[in-house]
Amino acid sequence: MHDLALQKPGLVGRLFRSLKLPLSDPFAVFGLAVYATFLLTAIFADAIAPYDPTEILYTPEYELASDLRPGEQGFILGTTSLGRDIFSQIVYGTRSALIIGITAAFMVALIGSVVGLVSGYFGGWVDAVLMRLADIAFGIPFLPFVIVLAAFLEPSIWNVVLAMALVLWRDTGRVIRSQVLTLRSRGYVDAARVCGSSDLKIILRHIAPNILPLSFLYGSIAIGWAILTEASISFLGFGDPQSISWGYMLQDAFASQALAKQAYYWFVPPGICIILVVSAGFFITRGYENLLFPKLGR
Amino acid sequence: MSHLKAVASRTLQLALVLWAVVTILFLMFRLMPGNPMAAYIDPTFTVEQQQALMAQFGLDKPLWEQYFIYLGNLLQGELGQSFRYREPVAERIFALLPNTLILTFSSLFVAYAFGILAGAYLAWRRGSAVENAAIPLVLMTRAMPEFWLGMVLLAVFSFWLGWFPAGGTRPAGADYDSLWALYTSRDFLSYLALPALTLAIYSQGLPLLLMRSNMLDVMKEDFVTMARIKGLSNWTVVVRHAARNALLPVMTSFAIAVGYQLQGNVVVESIFSWPGLGRELVNAVSASDYPLAQGAFLMIAVVVILMNLIADMLYALLDPRISHA
Repeated sequence: MHDLALQKPGLVGRLFRSLKLPLSDPFAVFGLAVYATFLLTAIFADAIAPYDPTEILYTPEYELASDLRPGEQGFILGTTSLGRDIFSQIVYGTRSALIIGITAAFMVALIGSVVGLVSGYFGGWVDAVLMRLADIAFGIPFLPFVIVLAAFLEPSIWNVVLAMALVLWRDTGRVIRSQVLTLRSRGYVDAARVCGSSDLKIILRHIAPNILPLSFLYGSIAIGWAILTEASISFLGFGDPQSISWGYMLQDAFASQALAKQAYYWFVPPGICIILVVSAGFFITRGYENLLFPKLGR
Repeated sequence: MSHLKAVASRTLQLALVLWAVVTILFLMFRLMPGNPMAAYIDPTFTVEQQQALMAQFGLDKPLWEQYFIYLGNLLQGELGQSFRYREPVAERIFALLPNTLILTFSSLFVAYAFGILAGAYLAWRRGSAVENAAIPLVLMTRAMPEFWLGMVLLAVFSFWLGWFPAGGTRPAGADYDSLWALYTSRDFLSYLALPALTLAIYSQGLPLLLMRSNMLDVMKEDFVTMARIKGLSNWTVVVRHAARNALLPVMTSFAIAVGYQLQGNVVVESIFSWPGLGRELVNAVSASDYPLAQGAFLMIAVVVILMNLIADMLYALLDPRISHA
């Protein structure tokens, strides 16, 4: 393997390799490419978007540039009923989608991994308490929970992240726990214990690196969940009115009779963007499954 | 005997979960910013009404005492008065429940019938061009926001082609003798079609992918090889031997899917103005009708928890190899 060529990779390189990115699976590569494209769009949104997404625009004849079709007056995807540029909204929507998706996924993967590690490694009453908490989290209907939470807190994009951190660690936690259960009885863990390694050292040095791909797998599913949830919440009117997101665009379109006006150019592109980002996560996940559980042969 | 004990302990465990969810709900609605009484009393209620509710829910008592009163009321099915409708929340919720259940079950039946057949077919045609194209497509349907799919279907089939009505459950002004008359009318079906189709397109992915991967697993088992050696036809092997066994976990997932569907209903019901629990929850939260919001949330949570229990039991019942350890 090419690993041999690089005898001593740096910390970043080692971390990158321990994620075991599934680069041999064409779908996973497609997914990673989609992520990369949207990431670049989000970073350079200011340069890519021709207009401010909230600016009300006028035509050269000083008329409100409302409900223009794609291409008319040079608007790539047309304009909204309030005269805002749809393409610019899509570009800026990438930013809020990725911010929410990545932070929520990070929180879910982090909390789930810690719960799974602690629960699986220590067992006993710690395990019992944590797994009962997971049972409770499974009993909470997620979307209704986010709606109530978002209604009581100040409107903010972080409500979705908070709700996901509170509830959605349950799946990751359970899976990682069962993985840790099989790891903890391996020979090298016993050997480390005999050598006098502390529990913390065993967890961090010997067990955590082995579950990192699994955390990353659940993280990439969580990115999709977060983006879908944010879209639903914004669509229902509980989102942050200050930030432009794809869900907000869909709500705006729905409320402005875009369906009756047959303004497909308005509400189809945000949906396609959501599908692309979320399914990119799925494709990467599938690549991982082939890598982690080759026997399944899916 | 051990079977009975396992069922009992699982039921007890889920009763605890239900209690925890009820407690979280209590804390969420009491500790929210603003007047704690706002959870039950609307300023526009008459003084007598306000005092009656104060007494019923012990709103002038300390929080812990309120908590026990709340639990006691819940056990009697007492959820308070809706601010907007001026009627008991429990009545309102039970009036909406049938609409939500009809939407959920009709869409899931379609989704499962399609998903099981398509999943089995794709497993049978493993490695073919059809399979390679279908799997990413199915994953894409799982990545769709349900409400967006609803919007596209509405724009095409309702606003453009005019085949289906845009929302609600009945034509304006139409009146039916009973709920049964409404649900069995042809109009109702045309109103049900689009929201149910939306949810079905989203839901078919789970049974399809499950059925397919189960089939692939089962096809490798000894008894299937044995059936082949016996010289049975391909059809008999796939349908009579493999599919029957692969079906069990898919059926179990139905219960879980009902739970998930209820959560997804929140947005789809809103799009199609479908008078169900999800839409009511959204409207109640927007209008600060807290008793109704609590009631709708609780009802959804109860169904989710119940379905988790049923899935667990079905799993053990259908596959005796699962132990209760």
